[in-house]
Amino acid sequence: MTAPSTHTTKPATGIPALLKTGFINAVIALVLFSLMVGIRTEAGSEGQLTYWTRFGELASLVAAVFGGSIVIELLRQWIGPTGAEKLVPPAVQSGMSFVGRYLAPALLIFTLLVPVIFYNQRYILDLAILVLTYVMLGWGLNVVVGLAGLLDLGYVAFYAVGAYSYALLATNFGWSFWICLPLAGILAAFWGVLLGFPVLRLRGDYLAIVTLAFGEIIRLVLINWQTLTGGPNGVSGIPRPTLFGIPLNNSDEGLAAKLGIEYSPTHRIVFLFYLILALALLTNWVTIRLRRLPIGRAWEALREDEVACRALGINTTTTKLTAFATGAMFGGFAGAFFATRQGFISPESFTFQESALVLAIVVLGGMGSQLGVALAALSMIGGFELFRGLETYRMLVFGWAMVLIMIWRPRGLVGHRAPTVYLKKAQAISSDLVKEGHG
Amino acid sequence: MSGERILDVDQLTMRFGGIVAVQDLSFAAERRKITALIGPNGAGKTTVFNCITGFYKPTGGAIRLTHDDGREIALERLNDFRIAKQAKVARTFQNIRLFPGMTVLENLMVAQHNMLMRASGFTLLGLVGVPAYRDAEKRAIDLATDWLKRVSLLDRADDAAGNLAYGDQRRLEIARAMCTEPALLCLDEPAAGLNARESAALSELLLSIRNELGTSILLIEHDMSVVMEISDHIVVMDHGVKIAQGTPREVRDDPKVIAAYLGADEEEAMAVMESGS
Repeated sequence: MTAPSTHTTKPATGIPALLKTGFINAVIALVLFSLMVGIRTEAGSEGQLTYWTRFGELASLVAAVFGGSIVIELLRQWIGPTGAEKLVPPAVQSGMSFVGRYLAPALLIFTLLVPVIFYNQRYILDLAILVLTYVMLGWGLNVVVGLAGLLDLGYVAFYAVGAYSYALLATNFGWSFWICLPLAGILAAFWGVLLGFPVLRLRGDYLAIVTLAFGEIIRLVLINWQTLTGGPNGVSGIPRPTLFGIPLNNSDEGLAAKLGIEYSPTHRIVFLFYLILALALLTNWVTIRLRRLPIGRAWEALREDEVACRALGINTTTTKLTAFATGAMFGGFAGAFFATRQGFISPESFTFQESALVLAIVVLGGMGSQLGVALAALSMIGGFELFRGLETYRMLVFGWAMVLIMIWRPRGLVGHRAPTVYLKKAQAISSDLVKEGHG
Repeated sequence: MSGERILDVDQLTMRFGGIVAVQDLSFAAERRKITALIGPNGAGKTTVFNCITGFYKPTGGAIRLTHDDGREIALERLNDFRIAKQAKVARTFQNIRLFPGMTVLENLMVAQHNMLMRASGFTLLGLVGVPAYRDAEKRAIDLATDWLKRVSLLDRADDAAGNLAYGDQRRLEIARAMCTEPALLCLDEPAAGLNARESAALSELLLSIRNELGTSILLIEHDMSVVMEISDHIVVMDHGVKIAQGTPREVRDDPKVIAAYLGADEEEAMAVMESGS
């Protein structure tokens, strides 16, 4: 073994220890998978229960666990118990910082060109729109979780408020998307403040539970308030967005006819793409500006130490409420976009799973980092599609990938924090020092 | 006691359930003076501090702060952040409470939050980048730089506060409190954990705050060399009550004080003193 000798407490090395670990894990796998995989049950032709055994699959799974745990154990000993980053040579580090500097502009240019490059690939354009929606949601939640350190598990509630605001205003009053968009944001922000008030005194886990409950309440209200929301049937026939009043359809009034070009349904997709890109970039720009303003610094200070904030005369109540309201507003914008893109919304789209996914994006990206959140959304949503070929094993591979990333980069893809103001030189702050916030 | 008072503590009582932490405590702090609150561990000093700075609501009694312009504020009625914001009372903590993940400069910028919030039109004007806000931010950075020079941390301005050495963190916390431009600065054991050289530098810093800026200081301290050197007035507490007060010289020779610190009766302390002199 070439394990680094600087660590004082080394795990037991050597082949017997490796075999022992592998054997224990294989036994656990055998117990678990013998029922989950080893026996398959199904309803027979006459309704009776039929089952058959799949010992071959079971054996290969157990063998994979045995081999895999030995590989992981070897990797762990090679990397050392902690401080994995210390082993990265300086040359690689400087290379990574070079990549880091130009990654964001390169990504932005690529994103701007996506509809040009993939003009004829509807699938990729749809996927890009989906990724950008989650980038925007991630950036919005990042204000609450990453900057202010308030763990919000019910973010989808604001997404739902925004979506239903636009859907109901547009279908009932015929208001245009561009009037409804700010209204959806304002309404979501209003609900953010409403949620904020009762949870101000709560911290950490308790805050997470209450926000989770809030998300469920909104969804249940949407299901049960049939007269307004249409209940489980949702709202359909939501108007498509227009380019300042010019519809993007095949009529004589449509944009294609006005420009004198042949109509193509792709025009609308490209328009939606640039719309969500603009909304996401607005979210990003506002967040970056807010971070450099006193309110943004107060959010981060609140995450670091709430008691010290109070001693400095910072009103922690309004500071938390503004964080909730700002995050909720961006969620509302994204919701309005979702409604206009789908043309149909129902409470099905706003389950806890969405909240969890957006939170996972923020955590995986590195809390507080804009670039990290964008990369995480790209890898979570785009990566999930990438594994489509694996069919039923998709979730398994995906879960594995997440576990591995969190082991190697526990503070997310971009863990360090950039200062908001400097005298001589801006130095990135190591993630070890930055607090996660406790409510 | 003569002179103009900035802080009047009158019959302050603080109970936690059945435990009386502070009982009918009365003392005053004079303007542009350094008042020290001393006493053995568990005497209730930090409780008094927490009552003055709004972290506890006193069970009974009054705490009155008188500003330069004669404005009187009843601190026991203000709570939470308002004491720092409206009454201009700043404090530091016994166990340092900086923002470790923010830079030294950012720590001092957060301290000027309320001024900067007004200048940024409560964020809306700042978001569009009006020149008035940029000027205010520049002034805030200048004030922060000025304080960094005073506590000799200027070359660490862009480092994370959590990376500073212990003594530097203590000084930064004082600088951060002073960036709120307080009328009364409350320091909870500022010399704890400092070596002799750092303690001497601290004494110098506190004297310069008093002499050059005219800020009144109230401090809790165990390091008697610091207390005796810089205090104008000392209040001694034991078991939640005041047992003595006066100038450093008066307090040093008070048998009750010696008894409290040695944990002995008054008679024994007298005997010790007599045999010593």
